Amino acid sequence: MKRYLPFVIVAVVALATIGSGAMLYRAKRPQVLSIPANKMLGKGETQSAHIRGNPDAPVTLEEYGDFQCPPCGMFAIFLGQLEKEYDSRVRVVFRNFPLTMHEHAREAALAAEAAGLQGHFWEMHDVLYREQGTWSKTPNVRELFESYAGMIGLDLDKFRKDMDGDTARARVEADRQRGLSLGINITPTLFINNQPLDPKDKNPDGIRAEINAALAKKSQT
Amino acid sequence: MTVSRFRTIIYIVAAIVSLAGLADATYLSVQALTGETLGCGGSPDCFKVLGSSYARVAGIPVASFGVLAYFSVFTFATFAVFGYARARIFLILTIGAMFLATLWFLYVQAFLLHAYCRYCLFSAATTFLLAGLVIALPPGRDESVS
Repeated sequence: MKRYLPFVIVAVVALATIGSGAMLYRAKRPQVLSIPANKMLGKGETQSAHIRGNPDAPVTLEEYGDFQCPPCGMFAIFLGQLEKEYDSRVRVVFRNFPLTMHEHAREAALAAEAAGLQGHFWEMHDVLYREQGTWSKTPNVRELFESYAGMIGLDLDKFRKDMDGDTARARVEADRQRGLSLGINITPTLFINNQPLDPKDKNPDGIRAEINAALAKKSQT
Repeated sequence: MTVSRFRTIIYIVAAIVSLAGLADATYLSVQALTGETLGCGGSPDCFKVLGSSYARVAGIPVASFGVLAYFSVFTFATFAVFGYARARIFLILTIGAMFLATLWFLYVQAFLLHAYCRYCLFSAATTFLLAGLVIALPPGRDESVS
């Protein structure tokens, strides 16, 4: 028996490592859905919006956000809760609206779009908001954005090129122009099923009430 | 305490220490494979290290090599406990290679990236501890299993 014991111990540890690694992987893998092209909100490359959640959800929550704006950062945390709470009943759309008063907001939007060109917009969106307090105060913000891209697993050369490229710039600008045409001047500005959210309702209870009302309205039709 | 018993204790401690390194490396590998960034929360240095080009070799996270290395150490230490003479040689060679790799990664963090990641420092400490245990091994041959 003693002869086989080391084999048994090593096998048990190998299985435990593989098992715990697999469980961790399942828990941490990104839950971003890939949205078919025909489900995109806008048309054309520069108009395509970033959508997370069920493409056929009855409620669409559209946000015009600035990655450096602190209320947007706080809203991003709440948004995560909302997505879990409403699951397949709500889809989230993000549009860039970098405010000129924020030094790195435009570059952050470009970083998110550059990540989006590799299919990882939401991962970059999440890390930019989560680490907002850190990169907002950093002079060499580009270096940090590149390290975020590296951790997400992006092709760094492509990411660097895309951040300086026309496509990302055009996407950010298209979102901004769209926002300006709607009269947006603050962030986050929210729309629920294309209806602007009253600023007085821009709080957790107000947003939930509006989503519930939109859901009720949809179920009646 | 006999020399043989002392060696056995060192092998057991090495096996236990390697499990801590294995857990750390497994966590980092999963983090790299999923693109999860939560573990670095609030630490730009951690992002700089784990998001750098030095964190991958041919697209493979270096932490994955760490998993392999720590698992090998655990395996060889376990077999050494049970008296497999060759396991001791492999254990020393593996830990020696890990020690050199750790020196390289510390150099990268200190002089090339100017940033340290806590998970990497934990792994470095684990490897140094393993190297210390190997150095403490009394010379001579282990009793072989027939």
